[in-house]
Amino acid sequence: MELTLWTYEGPPHVGAMRIASSMKEIHYVLHAPQGDTYADLLFTMIERRGQRPPVTYTTFQARDLGGDTAELVKKNIKEAVERFKPKTLLVGESCTAELIQDQPGALAKGMGFDMPIVNLELPAYSKKENWGASETLYQLTRTLLKEKVSSSDKINPFRWRELGRRPKVNILGPSLLGFRCRDDVIEIQRILSEQGIDTNVVAPLGASPDDIERLIDAEINICLYKEIAEASCEWLKRNFGMEYTNTIPIGIKNTIEFINEVHEKLDLPLTNKEELENKSKLPWYSKSVDSNYLTGKRVFIFGDGTHAIAAAKIAKEELGFEVVGLGTYSREMARQVRASAKDLNLEALITNNYLEVEDAMKKAAPELVLGTQMERHSAKRLGIPCSVISTPMHVQDVPARYSPQMGWEGANVIFDDWVHPLMMGLEEHLIDMFKHDFEFVDGHQSHLGHTATNTKDILNSDEKKEKNGKEGIIWTESGRAELTKVPFFVRGKVKTNTEKYAILRGIPEISDETLYDAKAYFS
Amino acid sequence: MSKVKFNKETGPREVFCGLTSIVWLHRRMPDAFFLVVGSRTCAHLIQSAAGVMIFAEPRFGTAILEEKDLAGLADAHEELDRVVNDLIARRPEIKTLFLVGSCPSEVIKLDLATVAEKLNKRFLGQVRFVNYSGSGIETTFTQGEDGALKALIPLMESSNEEKLLLVGTLANNVEDRFKKIFRNLGISNIESFPPRQSTELPKIGKNTKVLLTQPYLSDTVRDLKHRGCEIISAPFPLGIEGSTKWFLAAAKAFKISELKVHEIISPLINRAKLALDAHKEILKGKRLFLLPESQLEISLARFLHNECEMDLIEVGTPYLNKDLMKEEINLLPDNTKIVEGQHVEKQLDRVRESNPDLVVCGMGLANPLEAEGISTKWSIEMVFSPIHGIDQAADLAGLFSKPLKRNQILTSKTLVTH
Repeated sequence: MELTLWTYEGPPHVGAMRIASSMKEIHYVLHAPQGDTYADLLFTMIERRGQRPPVTYTTFQARDLGGDTAELVKKNIKEAVERFKPKTLLVGESCTAELIQDQPGALAKGMGFDMPIVNLELPAYSKKENWGASETLYQLTRTLLKEKVSSSDKINPFRWRELGRRPKVNILGPSLLGFRCRDDVIEIQRILSEQGIDTNVVAPLGASPDDIERLIDAEINICLYKEIAEASCEWLKRNFGMEYTNTIPIGIKNTIEFINEVHEKLDLPLTNKEELENKSKLPWYSKSVDSNYLTGKRVFIFGDGTHAIAAAKIAKEELGFEVVGLGTYSREMARQVRASAKDLNLEALITNNYLEVEDAMKKAAPELVLGTQMERHSAKRLGIPCSVISTPMHVQDVPARYSPQMGWEGANVIFDDWVHPLMMGLEEHLIDMFKHDFEFVDGHQSHLGHTATNTKDILNSDEKKEKNGKEGIIWTESGRAELTKVPFFVRGKVKTNTEKYAILRGIPEISDETLYDAKAYFS
Repeated sequence: MSKVKFNKETGPREVFCGLTSIVWLHRRMPDAFFLVVGSRTCAHLIQSAAGVMIFAEPRFGTAILEEKDLAGLADAHEELDRVVNDLIARRPEIKTLFLVGSCPSEVIKLDLATVAEKLNKRFLGQVRFVNYSGSGIETTFTQGEDGALKALIPLMESSNEEKLLLVGTLANNVEDRFKKIFRNLGISNIESFPPRQSTELPKIGKNTKVLLTQPYLSDTVRDLKHRGCEIISAPFPLGIEGSTKWFLAAAKAFKISELKVHEIISPLINRAKLALDAHKEILKGKRLFLLPESQLEISLARFLHNECEMDLIEVGTPYLNKDLMKEEINLLPDNTKIVEGQHVEKQLDRVRESNPDLVVCGMGLANPLEAEGISTKWSIEMVFSPIHGIDQAADLAGLFSKPLKRNQILTSKTLVTH
């Protein structure tokens, strides 16, 4: 049993709903009690969808449990098929139905329908949303393509040349309630098309069951979100020999590497390599003198695996930040995130507990947080600027404007989204600097509002701790005065370091000189 | 009883479960914690309905069952023990801990009553434990509050003191208004249930006169009756008419003259009518379809028809207690179609066929209907907004007139373009 106050991911059947709702001509019969219908609002409110998710909830009640819930399942399947006439039917159960073991998938298969039926077994007590989405896409792909496995030769990725046409690829992974998927798909298709590569199928977003059957018309697969599509890509590779890409095109370096990888896999010569550097404004904006102040900014990163790993690379290599924390809630991608963290001499934080993330954030004393909406709230409480880089989705993460994360435009969006909060951080510093000038209007509010950390709070809140602390360190008048002169965004770090130094040296009282001693010691 | 038509429907539903009521219950009692014993789905449901992220640490959470808990029941009890210990160590300010059953905990027959009893002994004098079920296999949305209140009744001490007990969660400002009006009427001993602090439970007995503020408290009412309380029969205090009759019924129970009531509330009524007029202008003659969710639907239909002159196409309700609702049903126009339960697909067919001007529905259905060109109002807003009482009648009407007004603005072709 795990105490959870908030969870980054929903249950696995919500992942299945993401696949079903992303697609056309599919219906999902979910053996579930009435309350599980809350999940519809994720799509209709957060994504502002104008259609209901294609889901029928069997709505069993306590009084049904003594009787025949299996009959109820069959009745709902029959009605759903008659009403919605899906080309493929998904059948599964949510957490409660899993316990009563009606096996709705098997029931559906015994009802004599012509359409393919995908029996989804998503263990609700051990797995989560992204796993459920991945498993659903995989089972669906497998069901719709398994008959073609033996009859098909392995797909030669170079065959487009013999066939006398442009190479074709599938884009796999984009789904509803995925971070900026809607726009990433457009951006990636645009990039591929510029390179003379056609998109065969995008799935699950906007695909029909027929499209899934057409996947093998393409030469290779683009695995755009590993959380969702890697299992399907792997199956297509094993059974049809379809290669898939490993690079996620977020950031300039990754986008270029991605384009290289696609060309290599297709044996397509890359002719415009030099041009690629200038496709996005990020490299120049990052090089411009104005960006000098970005150097070494301390960033704390937490999100899904795909976005967290990409963010760490961009932060370090493209913006010149210092990554001081890296973590993910995606257990399935823990290994990759750990590897990325190791490259940065960090230990990755793998957790589903937002309070642990907040603690780690506090300890790392970052100047910028890149995280989920939850980290945005935690950062706000700590007075640290934050930009959102990952699911879980919030209505703000579905902007009206074109706002991808991937490709050239994605890099532009990332530059703006990450740097603007920092510029406001600078503004904060100016407010701090000029607040004693008579022209300064008292009560000027920064974007961080009242929650921004100010010196008084730091000192007041810690006063008690200092007096009661086992180390017994005391801040003298001069030490405090000096601390107030330190810009607010590094103040926490300076304070921690100075205390660390004082403990190390056995100094019982911190004066202004101790601050400078510590500064020299740690620099 | 007026000649309304009762129908029952079964099938797939689109409603919240009782766990959702934790969202307003925990705000009402800031010294209580609600611990759902359930699955990741339960946790996800509450956070999706409540916008949990704004809290540093919310006063509700879920003990998520894992595979190993399902293997043997003894383990699950021990595990729950551990989770509760951690929680209390972390939140020592908590005075009452609600152990809330869910669909999975009910199905595996986790005995939360026994767990609560054991914990009560261990934490005697520090934290009180009560249990109830908010599971979706037994309860719908607001019925969760019914379960929570019912669970508190055994903790209420007995007293034969004469008092007026307002039962059902109200917004604090509305509660204050009501109390002031009752005091002006000459009723001085007024208490509320649930109280603002979970430890300040009202004492009850044969001189307690219960006045319901919410229509979804069937089980609570039954248990209060068992404790000797007198239940005042009245419509619910939504709109001017409902609130007036509600005050009159209370006054009658305390032998206060009708004249006195009218004297006190007439200025309020006049003021409210004035405020209501602007909304009535928009709502008048518009056709309304209410889908089932909060059990407030019948009272809302009565208000929107009688005071705002809307036409009622269909009034859905997830559950109907005819006895508790009889005063309301009597005020409905003849031939009102009440549908208890739901087959969401068939009901949506009827929505489309009847071409309503406004549909009251849950959040899962609102945007899809809007996309079809049908104006909607989310029912969940009724349980989060102060809508009770004469002073709030215009605000209540405003919840329904706003979508229509907005629609008018957005589709208006009178903008001058150059």
